[in-house]
Amino acid sequence: MAGTKQNGTGKLAANGQNGYKVIGTRPVRPDGVDKVTGRAVYAADVQMTGLLHGFVLRSPHAHANIRSIDTSKAEALPGVRAVVTAADLPVAEDKIEDLGEGAINLKYLSDNILAHEKALYHGHAVAAVAAVNPHIAQEAAELIEVDYEVLPPVMTVDDALAGDAPILLDTLRTDSMGEIGAEQTNLASFFRHQRGDLDAGFADAHLVVDRTYRTETVHQGYIEPHAATALYSADGQITIWTSTQGSFAVRGQVCEILQIPVSRLKVVPTEIGGGFGGKINVYVEPVAVLLSQKAGHEPVKVIMSRADVLAATGPTSGSNVRVKIGVDANGKISAALAELYYEAGAYPGSPVGAAANVSLAPYAIDNLQVDGYDIVVNRPRSAAYRAPGGTNVAFAVESVVDELAEKLGMDPAEFRILNGAKENDRRPDGLQYARIGQIETVEAIRDSEHYQSSLEGKYRGRGIASGYWNNWGGQSSATAVLNPDGTVNLNEASTDIGGTRASIAMQLAEAMDIEYEMVKARVVDTDTVSYNDVTGGSRTTFATGLAAYNLGQQLIKEMKSRLADQWDVGAGDVSYEDGTFSAGGESLPFVEAAGLVQREEPLMASSTVHPQDFGPGFSTQCVDIEVDPETGKITILRYTIAQDVGKAIHPSYVEGQMQGGVAQGIGWAINEEYIYDDEGRLLNASLLDYRMPTALDLPMIETIMVEVPHPAHPYGVRGVGEVNIVPPAGAIANAVYNATGVRMDKLPISPANLLEAMWARETEPAELVPGDD
Amino acid sequence: MQAIEFVAPTTVDEAISALAAGGGRARPLSGGTDLIAQLQEGRLALDTVVDLKRIPELMAISISGDGLTLGASASCHSINANQAIRDAFPALIDSTHLIGGTQIQGRASLGGNLCNSSPAADSIPNLIAHSVTCNIAGPNGRRPVAVEDFCTGPGRNVLEDGEFLVSLDFPTPPANFGAAYLRFIPRNEMDIAVVGAGASVVLSDDKSTIQSARVALGAVAPTPLYVEEAGDALAGQPVSEESLAKAAELAKAAARPISDMRGTIPQRKHLSAVLTQRALRIAIDRARGTKTVDELGRLNGHG
Repeated sequence: MAGTKQNGTGKLAANGQNGYKVIGTRPVRPDGVDKVTGRAVYAADVQMTGLLHGFVLRSPHAHANIRSIDTSKAEALPGVRAVVTAADLPVAEDKIEDLGEGAINLKYLSDNILAHEKALYHGHAVAAVAAVNPHIAQEAAELIEVDYEVLPPVMTVDDALAGDAPILLDTLRTDSMGEIGAEQTNLASFFRHQRGDLDAGFADAHLVVDRTYRTETVHQGYIEPHAATALYSADGQITIWTSTQGSFAVRGQVCEILQIPVSRLKVVPTEIGGGFGGKINVYVEPVAVLLSQKAGHEPVKVIMSRADVLAATGPTSGSNVRVKIGVDANGKISAALAELYYEAGAYPGSPVGAAANVSLAPYAIDNLQVDGYDIVVNRPRSAAYRAPGGTNVAFAVESVVDELAEKLGMDPAEFRILNGAKENDRRPDGLQYARIGQIETVEAIRDSEHYQSSLEGKYRGRGIASGYWNNWGGQSSATAVLNPDGTVNLNEASTDIGGTRASIAMQLAEAMDIEYEMVKARVVDTDTVSYNDVTGGSRTTFATGLAAYNLGQQLIKEMKSRLADQWDVGAGDVSYEDGTFSAGGESLPFVEAAGLVQREEPLMASSTVHPQDFGPGFSTQCVDIEVDPETGKITILRYTIAQDVGKAIHPSYVEGQMQGGVAQGIGWAINEEYIYDDEGRLLNASLLDYRMPTALDLPMIETIMVEVPHPAHPYGVRGVGEVNIVPPAGAIANAVYNATGVRMDKLPISPANLLEAMWARETEPAELVPGDD
Repeated sequence: MQAIEFVAPTTVDEAISALAAGGGRARPLSGGTDLIAQLQEGRLALDTVVDLKRIPELMAISISGDGLTLGASASCHSINANQAIRDAFPALIDSTHLIGGTQIQGRASLGGNLCNSSPAADSIPNLIAHSVTCNIAGPNGRRPVAVEDFCTGPGRNVLEDGEFLVSLDFPTPPANFGAAYLRFIPRNEMDIAVVGAGASVVLSDDKSTIQSARVALGAVAPTPLYVEEAGDALAGQPVSEESLAKAAELAKAAARPISDMRGTIPQRKHLSAVLTQRALRIAIDRARGTKTVDELGRLNGHG
């Protein structure tokens, strides 16, 4: 059902690809055969001679002082080769490391690897064992005696900000726009973005809607659990094999935590089974290194169980969000206020900053204020999750926008077009937009067959919502080796999560005017190319693709130069068209030229880039649902996305990103949530009870790629990976209102929550029995 | 999980001896879909497992004029694949088809589901609706127990030390019999029942009156719950939404659920009525050979 809408200025070529030969086609991915045959090596598949197995002991308490740890019984168990605790970690400095999708204090990072004085969440790592097999490692870990002083848990924004709230971090002081508070607190930081005159804007308003929303902690839900194997060689050289979104991010964090120079650590990325932002922070990697060192320089593999992954990695923040928007009689927004309270987990660093940027981004607003609060609670330290922070706030904003449109009697798409942000408008934090495609995405939804179709039947409803993500550029490095047979080895260091080996190779092939199949793309280790930022921020096809484009340009330029020498003509005289070099009557196809130019000297190219002018992405979505009024269960009937994708290099992978973001957004909207008991213990650390959608819970998700080429990239690439997770919760909540008359003020809109909300509006369940329809 | 002793007897008597030899640290194993997970997660510690799957009687499926006898260890898949069962006991497939996925169904057994004695077990309300009798063997010989009396608490049942379940006896359904099992889960797969409801009816020859009925609920009490009064209230009543609603209200009144991460008390009470009514509708459809409701028991054209 996918369609392509060409909004660019380029004339469509006969092949439908704006004159491109490779870009816009859908070739198979280089990793495909290995993945479907089970040959691909993921993190837990790493094997080597003498491999030891690690097991991490975790806190059974949400909040506890650690009085002492006695590891003697574990060490005495036959088969145990090493036991480590926080005492084996160097004393970490208060130093900030930028990981691309969020800065982090290294003291907190170190404390999160192995708890020092305090366990701050149920599942917090406390000690680890390496043994000759996993069963002995686990048995030994259970022999470790930890003396805990259990403290009351602080689980939510409201708990944490209460006057008598227990304090999680003794040294934490509120950073309020650069001013540091004097008191102990759980409020790590506060910021405010404002412009215009908020009071005047609300005073002028014809209509104001002011609502408060709650969202729960959710996990990225990547299917591959974290795992790492480390070998600390006797000569001091260290190698880590791990599944990560950024091998250099692992190198940076591990070297800081263990206080070793980067030259001593090589990180080898394995295939990755999903990350979504959650495989940027390290967890078991430093532990595996410590165990390998202590076990006499034997390799140690540490695999997290699914329960460990849910309890101690990820997740993203639960939040309380207040949104107040005023409109004039014509429906134009006169003022908007958003207050964002985000739960950071055990250490500061929720995505509230990014959330503030997302909050009102699709709208042109003169008078606004956005306040952000970053709050620590006894839950796992939050990690990036696809457009971090965006879904929470968009659920709130898009619900208010829908209510305003309804009360104004306006079509919700027309409301969004009337108020839509465009070039030169400003994001909530003041950043000025270049050319953007928000309004085009709303128009594409408004004009879609889906939105124009009628929706029949009781308890069925339709909702739409928009979303924004800023995307990122970041730093990329790559090299290209020209083989004598004309094929090209492309070495790059961007973890391939969504088909980027193909989408990057396609850009190199396009730049060199050769077939895609002639480019062999592979993801290499940290010793092989220069620094490369994480696969995150929807940057990889944009930035590493730019590096690949540069490589292609360099190789062709050098080939021309060498051929000019060969043919004894000026370098500027050699032309290259349709895969053939020619000058002064001489001509040579690319493949033959590749051999000829390397008779005397081999040819390779390298490129490093750090583009600043990445373009943001917008997405507008339409969903039809049906609610079972007797059970509160939602069935998604139909779902359509319109996204401003820049130029789709590999349309199937762009569609995959669009559908994947929405699939996760549907899970977040309907069923996913962390459930804790009164003591702060996580109850649903399994995929049975942490309910991500299965294939049976999702419809085919239709995609409309709105192609507004990004002017700052040679092929018009714009990040596409993240924005689609932003609108679904709002779109579904609006559809639920349309179906039932109930406005949900919390996520998830689970059957139990929706049933209660329907009861709360004094609708007797008996009246809803279908037999009485 | 540490190494354990694995014993695979081929007769019931050998199994009794093996369990006796293991004392309190031995447990019978059928498909292992519950037991092995419990061992791996440390919820159970054993020295010995006694695999019952090599005992012919435990794996046998026999269907005759006397009814159906299912070996306790027979897999759900072997039931799903048995056309005679599908013809005579179509409602039984409601449970065997939704316990796990296809691979799990190749291992999981109804006997195991019963002996695991989860209040939310997907087969037990259905077995109650089918008036099943459990055949138990042990050091003191054999004894029968009505399935509604089998479970005594969450994970607990009437099996004494050294006893195990040999088979399940299903009486031949009378004429104009229909049954159904429905559960509510938030997703469409891979979940544990928030509430389950099993129901069966016997209709009059003209299929306008309910002669007798049985209703059982899952996940609303410490054990699967036989709601005898709901069935009694239906006996002699005309087939109508009003009759069903009355029985549904009795089921709701009988439910005494807890609130946990899978459901709340008000939600479970409410769903007890909804699912009872829906399961009864399907049971009646099956007894009549009609199709007035969808696969969730909702009246056609519900939405």
